[in-house]
Amino acid sequence: MTAHGPHRSTDSAPHLTRRGLLRAAFAGAGFAALAGCSTPVGAGLANTRLDPGTVDYWNLFGGGDGVRMQQMEDGYRKAHPDTKLQAVTLSWGDPYYTKLSLATVGGKPPNVAVSHLTRMKTLVQAGLLQELHPDDLARHGMTPDKFNQRAWQASLVDGKIYAIPIDTHPFVLFYNTDVCEKAGLLDSNGQLVPIVGEEAFADALTKVKQVTGAYGATHGINADSASCWRLFQTFYSQLEGEVLAENGTEIVLDDAKAKRVLDYLRSLTVEKGLIPVSDYQGAIALFADGKAGFHLNGEWEITTFQTAKMPFSMTLVPNVFGGPHAVQADSHTLVLPVLPGQDRAQLDLSLGFVKSMLDQSDVWAAGGHVPAWQPYASSDAYRQLNPQHSYAAAADTAVYDPPGWYSGSGSVFETIMGSAVGGVESGQFSPDVAIAQIRSKLSVLAKTAPPV
Amino acid sequence: MASTTEAVDRIRPAPVPGPARPGRPESHGRSAALFLAPFVVLYVLFIIGPALYGLVMSFFDTSMVKPGLRSFAGFDNYAEALGSSDFWHSLWHTIWFTILTTPPLVVLALVFAILAERVPRGRWFFRLAFFLPYVLPSAVVALIWLFLYTPALGLAGKIVTSVGLTEPNWLGDQNWAMVSLAITTVWWTLGFNFVLYLAGLQEIPRELYEASAIDGAGPWQQIRRVTIPLLGRTTALVVVLQIIASLKVFDQMYIMTDGGPNFSTRSVLQYIYDVGFTSYRTGYAAAASTLFFLVVLAISAVWLMLTRRQSLGWAAKAGGEG
Repeated sequence: MTAHGPHRSTDSAPHLTRRGLLRAAFAGAGFAALAGCSTPVGAGLANTRLDPGTVDYWNLFGGGDGVRMQQMEDGYRKAHPDTKLQAVTLSWGDPYYTKLSLATVGGKPPNVAVSHLTRMKTLVQAGLLQELHPDDLARHGMTPDKFNQRAWQASLVDGKIYAIPIDTHPFVLFYNTDVCEKAGLLDSNGQLVPIVGEEAFADALTKVKQVTGAYGATHGINADSASCWRLFQTFYSQLEGEVLAENGTEIVLDDAKAKRVLDYLRSLTVEKGLIPVSDYQGAIALFADGKAGFHLNGEWEITTFQTAKMPFSMTLVPNVFGGPHAVQADSHTLVLPVLPGQDRAQLDLSLGFVKSMLDQSDVWAAGGHVPAWQPYASSDAYRQLNPQHSYAAAADTAVYDPPGWYSGSGSVFETIMGSAVGGVESGQFSPDVAIAQIRSKLSVLAKTAPPV
Repeated sequence: MASTTEAVDRIRPAPVPGPARPGRPESHGRSAALFLAPFVVLYVLFIIGPALYGLVMSFFDTSMVKPGLRSFAGFDNYAEALGSSDFWHSLWHTIWFTILTTPPLVVLALVFAILAERVPRGRWFFRLAFFLPYVLPSAVVALIWLFLYTPALGLAGKIVTSVGLTEPNWLGDQNWAMVSLAITTVWWTLGFNFVLYLAGLQEIPRELYEASAIDGAGPWQQIRRVTIPLLGRTTALVVVLQIIASLKVFDQMYIMTDGGPNFSTRSVLQYIYDVGFTSYRTGYAAAASTLFFLVVLAISAVWLMLTRRQSLGWAAKAGGEG
């Protein structure tokens, strides 16, 4: 080894020379320039818009939703061969809304974008969305009476229209028809007999557990604050409880009601072992494997279970606390971000695209979402769509996340609420600790002056 | 990538401590300024300017989606950040990541550089092999490692189980997620330090090895008494660049865990990104950035002060022995 040391440098070892470095730098710059040639980047550098005849559309749909959305985009392309549709799919949640906001602030928004109804209000307060005028909408056949009223009313901001709801996506109860039949929970038509009350739901889960030999129900608990929040909100709303008021500046959490719900959830998971502590994918896998007879989740997972070719159906989440039926839900809406210098032709192009999405509500509804577009929602075709039609009533008892600049689908608010609920369900802390944690975390946000 | 060229420029004159340079003629000043101008203009426009604007913004309730600075907040933003457990937790996550990554990235880079330098044949292959991952974009690295870390199916789990250990939930367990990210980062960025050390190794005069061999020094003694002391300046540079690079961590976490599970890998930069861009609170985010800047400044200053003294000591010692 020693002998190699002294001889080496003189003969072969390549030195890093200035010329080499420059050459490498130029090569690097060349690559960067090449990468910059594609149209959107070029348009960005030249500060021009894409071709005016283009509909630029952003959405956040992956999985089965993503496949169906592409199908609908293709439907639009086929019907409008002269219009160029440029669709971009971005990852769900905060990253999506961050990009949408930044693009709009920067004056380069898409023409049409998807937004959850509960996130849309903050975008409106931030001044990022165009107000849609009833006569413009009427020109494309979109009048308020043609939408699900709950979703339509919820999407108005101070009585003004900023968003067109395309669906309601409620939390639902999936059930394994084989398992539930053996547990004696089905009626003569093979449908789940409605379950009402705390005892009844726990009993049903116990019976199912005896059949499966493992668990009664599953839902995402570990690292899944969204599912925990959705279940909590569903039950808590059945007690007519609310969390935020005055646009998020006031916390109106009813400790007694929240404790009742948390105690109940804890009894199902920790005490009776009816619901396992698993993560989102694990909860799905256990249900698909028949290790649990019930699965609580958003209806969008229908595609997953259809693909698994298992015997299942879906229904409303049981009214466990006996108040007015209520279920956590949100809606996908289509919005038009503020676009400087938009002319009427471009507006019509965008609204035409929105209408085309509504016209293809059948494709969308097959993916589990309850259609907001009444011409389809009240049609026979939808009535015969099973099991999707069996929980359509959830759209009318939907409870949306409370308004507030830090609230909405996938927001900080949902993370705070869901983390606390998840902690109780997995037995890490007591309901009292969870409530204290919720109060302390939310009060920081409630006190903060809204940035919008 | 800016740091690459900077580092290479700085390393060349470093290892040979020579006599002080004579003062340059006055006329060089003007042409130097001329050559520097393109860089200085861009630097002021895109680094100094925005930094100063950020400092001003940190005293206001600035919102991303509203025009202007909005109302004056005084030190409220700073007080809020200093009183926020989320801020402190994320700052600790960044520092914990730095502690986890810096030692292996310095020690392994040195070890591999010395080994690669001593390979008699196919040296180019080893140099390339160690440097190649560094060329990959962070998104590609993240996707590769997400694949490797897939629970029950990934290669990382297979390796661990094949030696009879139970597989940890690499990215899903609060205690493991940061370690997993650190392993990914070591694999990814080792090549940069490796190249710096290779450059440093080539600057060591060969006569020293010959002389020490004649004096009867074995390979291990040569490494300990000649190579490592003479790489002192390089090590100081590598460590300070590595600490700064580790403190800047964002991409890996953002892509691989999104700061989770339960915020356990949210770095301070992601916290700033979350409050500034997602929650629109750019004024508050600017205050948090300024606080983080002070932390980085303090760490770098302390380290530079320590190592300057030490490396002068090393150089003198090595010079005496040689």
